[in-house]
Amino acid sequence: MSLPKPEELARVSYQPPARGWMEVKPDFRPGTYCNAASPKWLEWIDYPYPRAWSVADEDWQLPENWKEIVLEGMEDRLARFRSLKLFFDICVRCGACADKCHFFLGTGDPKNMPVLRAELLRSVYKRYFTRLGKALGELVGARDLDESVIREWFFYLYQCTICRRCSVFCPYGIDMAEMTILGREMLASIGLNIDWALASVAQCYDKGSHIGATPQAFKDMIDFLAEENERITGIKTPVSYNRKGAEILFVTPSGDYFADPGTFTLMGYLLLFTYLDLDWTFSTYAAEGGNFGWFISHEMGKRLNAKIYHEAERLKVKWILGGECGHMWRICNQYMPTWYGQVPSFLEVPVSPITGTVFENARVHKMVHISEFTADLIRHNKLKLDPQRNAHIKLTFHDSCNTSRGMGIFEEPRYIIRNVLPEGHFFEMPPNTIREKTFCCGSSSGINANENMELRMQGGFPRANAVRYVHERYGVNHLGCICALDRATLPTLLQYWVPEVEVTGITELVGNALVFEGEIERTTDLRDRELVGVGEQEGGEEEE
Amino acid sequence: MTLKRLLSERRAAILEKWRDRVFGCYPPETAGFLRREADHFSNPVAYRLTEGLKGIYAALVGESSAEQVSAHLDEVLRIWAVQDFTPSQALAFVFFLKPILREELAGELKADAALTAELLDLESRLDGVALLGFDVYMQRREKLSELKVSEMKARISGLLRRVGVDPATL
Repeated sequence: MSLPKPEELARVSYQPPARGWMEVKPDFRPGTYCNAASPKWLEWIDYPYPRAWSVADEDWQLPENWKEIVLEGMEDRLARFRSLKLFFDICVRCGACADKCHFFLGTGDPKNMPVLRAELLRSVYKRYFTRLGKALGELVGARDLDESVIREWFFYLYQCTICRRCSVFCPYGIDMAEMTILGREMLASIGLNIDWALASVAQCYDKGSHIGATPQAFKDMIDFLAEENERITGIKTPVSYNRKGAEILFVTPSGDYFADPGTFTLMGYLLLFTYLDLDWTFSTYAAEGGNFGWFISHEMGKRLNAKIYHEAERLKVKWILGGECGHMWRICNQYMPTWYGQVPSFLEVPVSPITGTVFENARVHKMVHISEFTADLIRHNKLKLDPQRNAHIKLTFHDSCNTSRGMGIFEEPRYIIRNVLPEGHFFEMPPNTIREKTFCCGSSSGINANENMELRMQGGFPRANAVRYVHERYGVNHLGCICALDRATLPTLLQYWVPEVEVTGITELVGNALVFEGEIERTTDLRDRELVGVGEQEGGEEEE
Repeated sequence: MTLKRLLSERRAAILEKWRDRVFGCYPPETAGFLRREADHFSNPVAYRLTEGLKGIYAALVGESSAEQVSAHLDEVLRIWAVQDFTPSQALAFVFFLKPILREELAGELKADAALTAELLDLESRLDGVALLGFDVYMQRREKLSELKVSEMKARISGLLRRVGVDPATL
C-alpha cells in the first residue's frame, strides 16, 4: 500500500455505514469502560461467580448456564417489578428521549439514545416473553440472547448514570434508571460487575465507608478538620462520635471527609453545628452517606442503607440529618419504605430544635437534607452571615440529578446561596441545563473510575459546556453543588473543559460567611485563600 | 479579486460544506441530530465544533491572528481527543477543506490563474494548521493523563494534608 497524500486522506469517508443497530457491536476502547471487579470484592459481599476476568478478554468466563440465569432473572423481575414490564411494553419509539441523554450528546453514539439503550434489554424481553417476538423474531425487534448481547448490556448499562433526564422528556415517564439498575442486577447475577463500584460496596459493607476507612481513621480525619476550623476561625468545633442519646445522627458521604473540596464542606457542617449548639453525633458504623450498593442492585442498596437506620436505632437518636449528598437522599426518600415495608417507628418526625419547623416532607423516612435544614434556619433569621467573606466567589449552581430531578430540592440551595454570597455574585446556567432539566456530571452511578476517564469527559461535556458559558459571560469562577459525588468528579471534568472554574459545596460557603461571637479576624476562607479586602488598609489608600 | 476576499465572500457556503463533512464523521443518526438541533446547549458538540471551524476559517482568511489558531483547533480537538477518533481521523477534518475550496471556487480558479497560486499557498498553510493540530491533540491527551494522576491525589488530598503534605507539591 502506498502512503496516502493528505488529499487522499481527506477523500476518505469517515461516515460509518448505516447498519441496523443490532449489527453494530460495541468497541471496548480503553478509557470508555470500567475494569472488571476483582473476585475478592465479590467474595466479601457473597456475590455470585467471583473470578478474575478482564473486559478486554475474548472469554468472559461466564458460568455454563449463564443464559438460563439471565432469563430466569428477567422473568423474576418482570413478576416483581410491574414498572419493568410496563416500560418494556409501553414505549412507542417517539424519540422524545433520544437527544436528551448526556452520554448521547457527549459520545455521539446512537446506542446511548435512551430509547435504544432500553431496546438492548427490550429486544431480549420480546424474544423470550412475548408471543409476537417468539414467532417473528427480528421482524418485530426481538433477538436471541447470546454473549454479544451480554457484552452490549455491560458496555451501555455502564454508560448510563441513572440520572433520569430522559424520563423528564418521555411522555410516558419511562424511567431508564430503573431499567439500568435491573439490567445491572442481571449482569451481576452472572458475575459481571465493575471494580470501582464493587470495591466501594464491599469496603462500605465491611468497614463502614466506600474508601474502607477504619473507625479510627474516620475519627482522626474529622478531628483534623475540626482543628483546621479552629486555626482559621478561632472557633473550636467539637465533634461527638457514637454518642448514645444524641438528638440527631448526622450522616455524610466519605467524600466529605477524605477528599478536597468535600473536606471544606465538612468544615462548614462542623461550624454550623457549633454555631447552633446542636445535639448531634457522628457514627463510625454508619460512616457513609453514599450508597454504591444501589448502583448495582436494589438488594445491595438496601443492605448498605440498613446500616444508617440500625445505627439510628442503637444510638436512640430522634431523627437523621444528611450532609450534602445526592443519591443518599434519593434512596432514603424514594426506596426505603418499599425496601422495608414500613417506616422506622423508632425515629420521630424531624423537628428543627432551633426553629421548631416540622419537616413534614420527611415524615416517612425521618431524614432531612442539610440544605433544607439550613434554608429553614436562614428563613427564621437564626444565622448571622457576612456575605462579603464570599466576595471572591462568583457562583453558578449545578442541580445534582438526585436531589433536584430525583426529589425536587430546587429552591433551598439557591435560597442559601443568595444569603451567603454578595448580591450579584450568583448566576444561573441556561434554563434547559438546570433544575429538572439539569445535565448530569457524567460520572455518577459508580462509573467515576480513573480508567473510565474519556467516557466521563464525554458524558460530562454538556454540563461543562453550560458552565463555560456562564464563566465566559459573567466571570463565574465557582460551581456550587450539594452532592459529594459531584464534588469528587466535577473538578476533574472542569479541569478538562473549563479549568478556570472550581467546585464548592454550599455549606462551605455557609461556613465562610457565619459570624461567631469571639471569633478571630477572618483573613482567609476555609481553603486558606485570602478574602477580598484583606490587607487593603495597610496599603494606605482605601477605596470606597 | 484576491483569494482572501473571495473566501470571505463565500464564507457561509464553504463553512456549511465543511461543517456538513465534519458531522458526516458520525453515525448517520447522530449526524442528522448534529445538523438539525440549533440550540447551543441542547447540541453542545455541534455548537463547539462549528465555533472551532469558524475560528480556523477566520484565521485562514487573515481575520484572526495565527496564534489564535491553536485555540480554535482546540475547540474541535478537545472533543475528538475523548471521542472515538484516532489521531489521523481527528486531524483529517483540516484536509476536508481542500477539496471543498477547489469545488466551491472552481469557476474563479479557471478564470484567474493567479488565484491558483494563491490557493496552493493557502493549502500549504492548511498543512501547517494540521501540524499544529497534532500538537493540540497531543496536549489534550496529555491533559487526560494528568487528570488521572491529579484525581488520584485529590481522592486522598484530605489525608495528605492531615499528615502535613501539601497535595499540590506532589
